[in-house]
Amino acid sequence: MIFFKLIVTNLLRHRVRTLISIAGIAFSVAAMLTVVTILQGAVAMFSGILSSDSELIVFERNVSDLFFSNVPDDAVKEIDGWPTVQHANPVLFGIVSSTDHPIITCFGVTPADARIRNATWLKGSRDNFAKDDAVVLGERAAEFLNAEVGTQVQIGHGSFRVLGIIRTANGFEDGGVFMPLATAQTFFHKQGVSSVATVKLRNKDEAAAFKRAVKDKYPNLIALEDDEFNRSYSQFKILTATAWAVGGCGLLLGGLGVANTMIMSVFTRIREIAILRVTGFSNGQIAGMIFGESALVSLAGAAAGLIIGFDAIFALKFVPALHGYVDPHLKFFVVLAVVVLALLTGAAGALYPAFYAIRLRAVEALRFE
Amino acid sequence: MNIAREFVPLPHLAVLHAADVWKSYDKGAIKVLNGVDFHAYARCTVSLCGPSGCGKSTLLHLLGGLDEPDRGTITVNGAPLRLGSGSLRLLRHEVGFVFQLHNLIPDLTLAENCLIPTVAAGTNPRMARQRLLQLTESTGLTHRLDHRIQKLSGGERQRTALCRALMNRPRILLADEPTGSLDEQTSRQVFDLLLELVDTEAITLVMATHDRTLAKQCDRMVEMHDGKVYEPDKS
Repeated sequence: MIFFKLIVTNLLRHRVRTLISIAGIAFSVAAMLTVVTILQGAVAMFSGILSSDSELIVFERNVSDLFFSNVPDDAVKEIDGWPTVQHANPVLFGIVSSTDHPIITCFGVTPADARIRNATWLKGSRDNFAKDDAVVLGERAAEFLNAEVGTQVQIGHGSFRVLGIIRTANGFEDGGVFMPLATAQTFFHKQGVSSVATVKLRNKDEAAAFKRAVKDKYPNLIALEDDEFNRSYSQFKILTATAWAVGGCGLLLGGLGVANTMIMSVFTRIREIAILRVTGFSNGQIAGMIFGESALVSLAGAAAGLIIGFDAIFALKFVPALHGYVDPHLKFFVVLAVVVLALLTGAAGALYPAFYAIRLRAVEALRFE
Repeated sequence: MNIAREFVPLPHLAVLHAADVWKSYDKGAIKVLNGVDFHAYARCTVSLCGPSGCGKSTLLHLLGGLDEPDRGTITVNGAPLRLGSGSLRLLRHEVGFVFQLHNLIPDLTLAENCLIPTVAAGTNPRMARQRLLQLTESTGLTHRLDHRIQKLSGGERQRTALCRALMNRPRILLADEPTGSLDEQTSRQVFDLLLELVDTEAITLVMATHDRTLAKQCDRMVEMHDGKVYEPDKS
């Protein structure tokens, strides 16, 4: 109890300094939580596009990005006919831009595709999809393109009639344009190929056999289960690493704040530390006191940061540009990782001050004024 | 406590012994102790007298293991002192210190300040509390237990420092000008209390002081000058 009071007392002695350190950690934690959650949400949504009513994805082996993948239509048709396969749907991804919107994702799909089948059709009907070049817009895309059913929209260098407007749960899809596959192939100069084939098996247990069959039949293609793909896709890895790196930089800055607080904490009570030494405090106890202070600052900062982060994520859901991209469901792992990282940062910030404190010689420190 | 087994009291031998101890600062530029020989027996009170800068505090620091001599040996209860050794921490619980300035932590209460050494020693909190009550009763501070240090008078602060020094039942008490910052009357009261406690607790006291009147009340008074210790009757 006295030991704990020694820790708390020192933090309360310099309240403004302590609050600044807590704020540093709090904003770092909030930034990390927000950035990681947004990017993870984006990754989850992109992977959601791929796993829409499917368990496996077939794409070109050794491509760095799915936009560069070419899966021949013949291969998709043949895979669709395999007895273990319930359905295999080709999807062609493309990116175009329009005035005010530098990135619009286009999906070249067939009428059988789950995105078209399962979406809520707000306007228009899917019965006429792929009977001509008319496109279907996601709800958000229709908003920012200011388009209505029957009007023409400029997408990239082409002009397309709007067949329908759909609502999906996925932010990417909601902000996207759905083209008939053949139209998309012509538009993106990828005749006869799609980016991926999404595959649903009759029996999930046959996934391994399916992957082997793809490898044997099409050596330049690869089949991965959705989870497997999410783990191995380099773009997801880069996004995730970037999120943690950006958040980590924030925490590093917070850690420097804690280090500054702890250094000042030691320097301003050298005599007091000397007295603790004289009364028998061991190196471990002195260091424990310093680390205890940093742990309290980090914990308080992490708690405040989580509150700020939760609020920020909640608020971001209402930002139109991010609509559908922010996953409001925080993952326990992310929260835990952020808190642990905050504590580790605090501990790292206390390393030098603790080292300095345990090396203080009582006899010299007692002379300190 | 293990300490009792580590430092076996030897009543017929010196519990503190400095043999040919030298100490200087600034790479030898300031010579403070020049071959000091000093000893103190169990349960005896010894006063160190001498002018400022003669090395009284330095000798106390060396005897308490807060510093190490350039040359010579310090022996406590027959065990030679070495800085950084494991036995040094045990020594901290065996030796109590009282300084001219009370060196209490102002944000803590009297009770909390006194309990600090028991935290360091890992004493059972209930036992520590009992000891605290015993000492504060002896020093007349019971009614001040929950008061912060800022609220105490100079005499009360020094008595608190005395309680803190005795919390772990040390066998040796090293006091560096313990009444130096007090007025004459308070100084007398604190010193009488110090002698009473030392007697009750059967402690060896080594006290540095300028006050010869107080010094003479100790069992033995030694003089320090030119970095050496002299017994008055031999000087």
